[in-house]
Amino acid sequence: MTTDRLAADLRAMWRIRAFEEKIQALHKNGDVRGSVHLCIGQEAGPVGACDALGEPDALFATYRGHGWAIGRGTPLRPLFAELLGRATGVNGGRGGSAHFSAPEYGFYGENSIVGGGASHAVGAALAGKYDGTDRLAMTVFGDGAMNQGAVHEAMNFAAVFGLPVLFLCENNRYSELTPIRDMVRNEQLTDRATALGMPATRIDGNDPAVVRETVADLAEAAREGGGPAFVELTTQRLVGHYIGDVQQYRTKEDLEADALVEPIVVATKKLAESGVDTDAIEREVREEVETAARQALADPAADVSKVKEHLYA
Amino acid sequence: MPELNYSGAVNAALRRCLEEIPETLLYGEDVAKPGGVHGVTRRLWKDFGDRVFDTPISESAILGSAIGAAMLGRRPIVEIMWADFFLVALDQMVNQAANVRYISEGRLTAPLVVRTQQGNSPGACAQHSQNLEALFTHTPGLRVAMPSTPQDAFDIMVSAVYSDDPVVVIDNRTLYFGDKQEVVTDAAPAPIGGSHLRRTGDTATVVTWGAITHQVLAAADRLAEEGVQVTVLETPWLNPFDHDALHQSLASTGGRLAVVHEANTTGGFGGEVIVRALEAGVLSGRPLRIGTDDSRIPATPELAAALIPGADRIFTELKQFLTR
Repeated sequence: MTTDRLAADLRAMWRIRAFEEKIQALHKNGDVRGSVHLCIGQEAGPVGACDALGEPDALFATYRGHGWAIGRGTPLRPLFAELLGRATGVNGGRGGSAHFSAPEYGFYGENSIVGGGASHAVGAALAGKYDGTDRLAMTVFGDGAMNQGAVHEAMNFAAVFGLPVLFLCENNRYSELTPIRDMVRNEQLTDRATALGMPATRIDGNDPAVVRETVADLAEAAREGGGPAFVELTTQRLVGHYIGDVQQYRTKEDLEADALVEPIVVATKKLAESGVDTDAIEREVREEVETAARQALADPAADVSKVKEHLYA
Repeated sequence: MPELNYSGAVNAALRRCLEEIPETLLYGEDVAKPGGVHGVTRRLWKDFGDRVFDTPISESAILGSAIGAAMLGRRPIVEIMWADFFLVALDQMVNQAANVRYISEGRLTAPLVVRTQQGNSPGACAQHSQNLEALFTHTPGLRVAMPSTPQDAFDIMVSAVYSDDPVVVIDNRTLYFGDKQEVVTDAAPAPIGGSHLRRTGDTATVVTWGAITHQVLAAADRLAEEGVQVTVLETPWLNPFDHDALHQSLASTGGRLAVVHEANTTGGFGGEVIVRALEAGVLSGRPLRIGTDDSRIPATPELAAALIPGADRIFTELKQFLTR
């Protein structure tokens, strides 16, 4: 991989990281209220995987979905505005942190039900079979969702009809607050996809280049009629399941080990060896994020007078 | 004008929608090659090719894929074979379909139709007998209809498919193979909603929906033989519900109201109908509510019949209500 490519990836990962850290700060001072699930430590997945998606393609994520929306190109200001309860939010403040969508950027929504969006991606691909787009659909969920029946149903449905759906599982080792290894007898999550008749692979989810290459190859095969595929991205979250989760279930050693392999640290080290000014990248991105947050904070509040609109056609 | 029984009318409506609206898809368990467990979707796959297909026994994936496809511009019509089977996939109706339009401020929509059938029939077990419409009337964002005649079965299906909202259309399988009737199949699609005055009388308004409408009409005929004339208002649409028609009817029946549904009584939609009338100040005296006793439904027909109101019980309870 070229240094330029990695530098661009570091910048993209910083954009997500800095957004999440700003949300953390805005939550602390009360500007962002309620339940927030940050993806700090998992930035390489969206940065690598979203490059495989084009204009007609559809992405369906989970409540830990800020990074995936940003990965698809959703601007930061309306995302901040959404979490801040502003009228200018991508959903005018109705989705909040955990349930927003931005279809104009091909982001068909987070989902606050574990595994609830997987079958929506199957439907998006199904639609593409009839509307002439041959749309690729991608859905991302965590390791915990592997134990949801709805995900199993969605994967089999896509497999049996040969639909171009990429199922991405971000395995951060914790299903909410419980280690995934304690909740499966077979820790090879890819075996489940293989059993359903689709290609499945487990890759380093902390390396954006590996993610990009793997997902691009599987996307191409799916578009050519190969049907769905499954990718397990091994990664880690450096923060709690939600803001306020004190992570009593994790050891200090566990957290320290994760901090050494997380994608920004790894990319920064590589780029520093090549003489790239990574501090400048971080500084520039933080400035961009601060500007977006400042603008969103100045935006008008969500419009209470319209709260009953859009329930029905 | 074709003569169709109820299932034929649904089939004709599905055929019309598949012909008129290229975005429609029709799928579910056993709906294509087998033609549906009740034969309602017979032959459609032959004429519409891969737009009509069978699926795995996966209610969550059926409903969820329909939502996803609808978000991306299709108009899926999917079948949940028995309403009881909704319960393994209720997330997709309540948490997912119902939220799409509202939460996205209308940027996304989910114009899908879910066909199902419910209610008891002789020998059905407890998990194939329930009347679950109140689950969906309690879910803002969904539309709900329960036809009882071939004409309504046709019209409501067409209106539902043309609607931009997620609609649950609930049949009752005991109606599928009833008598054939002339059915208008070429009218312009009507907007959703509305009700029918099935008979008029001045002693009370009896409001009802679904298959039990026929039992109510039989009971009303017997009351008429005894000189008691009631109005029967059938409200096949539960959301939107035609409260206006009901309240107008009550004005001409002295404010006396009875509600009859096959669903069990507690938490049934009948309670909501009564309270709305009470709030509107159009009730006089106490209302009457007739529903299945709050119970599980036993398989043996005689046992089930002791719980589910039929024409005899409806007649008796209405007579007591109106002549006391």
